[in-house]
Amino acid sequence: MAMLHTVNKSPFEKNSLDSCMRLAKASSAVLLIEDGVVGAMKGTKHSKNVADAMANISFYVLGPDLKARGLSEGNVVDGIKVVDYSGFVDLAAEYESVQAWL
Amino acid sequence: MEDGEQIIKEFMYMNRKSPYGTIYALESLEVVLIAAAFDQDVSLVFADDGVYQLMKGQNTEEIGMKNFSPTYSALGDYDIKKIYIEKESLEERGLSLDDLQDLKYEDEDDDWAEKDSIHLVSREELAEVIDQQDVVFSF
Amino acid sequence: MKFGILINEGPYTHQASDSAYEFAKAAIEKGHEIFRIFFYHDGVNNGTSLAVPPQDDRHIPNRWSELAKEHSVDLVLCVAAAQRRGMLDEDEAKRNGKTSNNVAEGFRISGLGQLIEAGIQADRMVVFGD
Repeated sequence: MAMLHTVNKSPFEKNSLDSCMRLAKASSAVLLIEDGVVGAMKGTKHSKNVADAMANISFYVLGPDLKARGLSEGNVVDGIKVVDYSGFVDLAAEYESVQAWL
Repeated sequence: MEDGEQIIKEFMYMNRKSPYGTIYALESLEVVLIAAAFDQDVSLVFADDGVYQLMKGQNTEEIGMKNFSPTYSALGDYDIKKIYIEKESLEERGLSLDDLQDLKYEDEDDDWAEKDSIHLVSREELAEVIDQQDVVFSF
Repeated sequence: MKFGILINEGPYTHQASDSAYEFAKAAIEKGHEIFRIFFYHDGVNNGTSLAVPPQDDRHIPNRWSELAKEHSVDLVLCVAAAQRRGMLDEDEAKRNGKTSNNVAEGFRISGLGQLIEAGIQADRMVVFGD
């Protein structure tokens, strides 16, 4: 049963992204929203962990939250797909259940 | 008898926060107790700082808050018998199961024998359990 | 698809309510149904009739009321969480001997059973919190 995991906190603020990445089963998906979009950025001390996790898990990031924070879509870790709220809804429908890592 | 069978889903309650610093531990427990009336397939998870919710010997007198930890021992009476504790979360905090309440339930299919509700699971095992869930409530 | 939404945080302080609103709006636009939006913990504060936020920014409680009106979305404030935080509708105020009430149009107060029911009846439950 593939699950969509949402993470709304920055990996610099909370361990939610770390916990999510260690407990999300292979072939599930992670969507970074709100302050969690920080976890999508290249060149941070967390970028490598995220890139490594992407071997088994699909990563998405909410574009509107990037824009709000002045973060550029061009600067996200390679392979992370940018979606809008409509895409968020699609993901929630496509995956069989949704879990929020708060 | 009405049309349609009762829908039974796998419900998981995810607890990752320490008690008392925020209300999530208490209010999530309140959801679990109410939810018992709905006969769904319920699991509770305590991971990260959530493991502190089950610490033995909580004494809240000096912080002036109600100690709600005795309520966890009633979970068995509400037919909640799948309580998962992530092993690594305990170890990283220098804790063991001995530090936590010993939660039990009575198995009606086994002559009401008293059994452990707590399942100590590794990261990998917990990931499998999580992946099976239909509905996950995080607080 | 039928969505159930749980909102754990109040208006303005956390983005949870905003994210949930944008998600709900997008879902409706795509033709999905919102089975219920359940407000728990500080989320019950989204239902206040007394908010007077600055005029140049979104009015979160009103926005929810409008969504409820336009699309018949069921907005439920958890009674226990609401009582703790002083969110009372007319009936609750009377029952508890309070002289005023403060629940906005479109919200109703009910028990946690409504959240569980949403989990059972909806196809997907999406949680927004802190």
